[in-house]
Amino acid sequence: MDLGPHAGFIWISYAVVAVTVAGLIVWLLADGWKQRADLEALERRGVKRRSSNK
Amino acid sequence: MQTLTQRLANPTRFMELSARLLPWFVAASAILLVYGLYLSFFDSPPDYQQGETVRIMYIHVPCAWLSMMIYGLIALSSFGLLVFRHPLADVSAKAAAPLGAAFTFLALVTGSLWGKPMWGTYWVWDARLTSVLLLFFLYLGLIALRSALEDEGAAAKLTAVLALVGVTLLPIIKFSVNWWNTLHQPSTDFGATVDPSMRLPLLVMALAFTLMFFAMHLKAMRNEILRRRAKALRTQIIMGRDRLAAQGAAE
Repeated sequence: MDLGPHAGFIWISYAVVAVTVAGLIVWLLADGWKQRADLEALERRGVKRRSSNK
Repeated sequence: MQTLTQRLANPTRFMELSARLLPWFVAASAILLVYGLYLSFFDSPPDYQQGETVRIMYIHVPCAWLSMMIYGLIALSSFGLLVFRHPLADVSAKAAAPLGAAFTFLALVTGSLWGKPMWGTYWVWDARLTSVLLLFFLYLGLIALRSALEDEGAAAKLTAVLALVGVTLLPIIKFSVNWWNTLHQPSTDFGATVDPSMRLPLLVMALAFTLMFFAMHLKAMRNEILRRRAKALRTQIIMGRDRLAAQGAAE
């Protein structure tokens, strides 16, 4: 694919977007795993949310 | 009869609904993104003036659109928190801020990379570029203000007030290209100023990015609800310990 004399600008633009979006996805997934693990660790200690006791 | 927002006011119900919706958002945005990238690179012509660099538009415009739409969502959520005390409003505003900052950063970077070959410079202090840079700083301000305060309730309210004050920036960004003489091109009129061969890839990419944001936002809101639940359990443990200590001291 020939993107002409400014191909570098085009590829860098798409690469920056791809890396940032990938970074956001990894951060969201990792944060989700951490929050779930924290909550499960607390629940294993026998602590239950008040709303779940109803 | 309960409205949708009232039904979603229960975080447990929101977690159930979002768990069902999230895979659909992810799948739809992924399919549209692949289709949009195909159209952007293989099924759209170079521009008669800009040549191949017009392909940067297919990612720059969706990022710029999201930078403003996400701020609008934060402002709406902030209004929901301050006026209706909706339990999920602050969760929504907090979850959206880093995503808004990221897409505003991308709008600035891709615009800059598009500007260099077209304008001969990466940056000019014109009204559109400067107001979007201010929007980026506003996002950082919202994130910093929230993390600077330990009391989550106070942080939520102060951040909401700042978000509502900052919403005045949105019309300035939108109309800056009409009100002032800027290097940035005037607002895009999809019907009149974009050729149909470029309109389809642009619309598909804009839709793909919008759905991708909503998928990310749902996930970030779910994470925030889990974090608040864990925090509530930790508080329960501390309060239980304090109660036992007080009973022991009384006996």
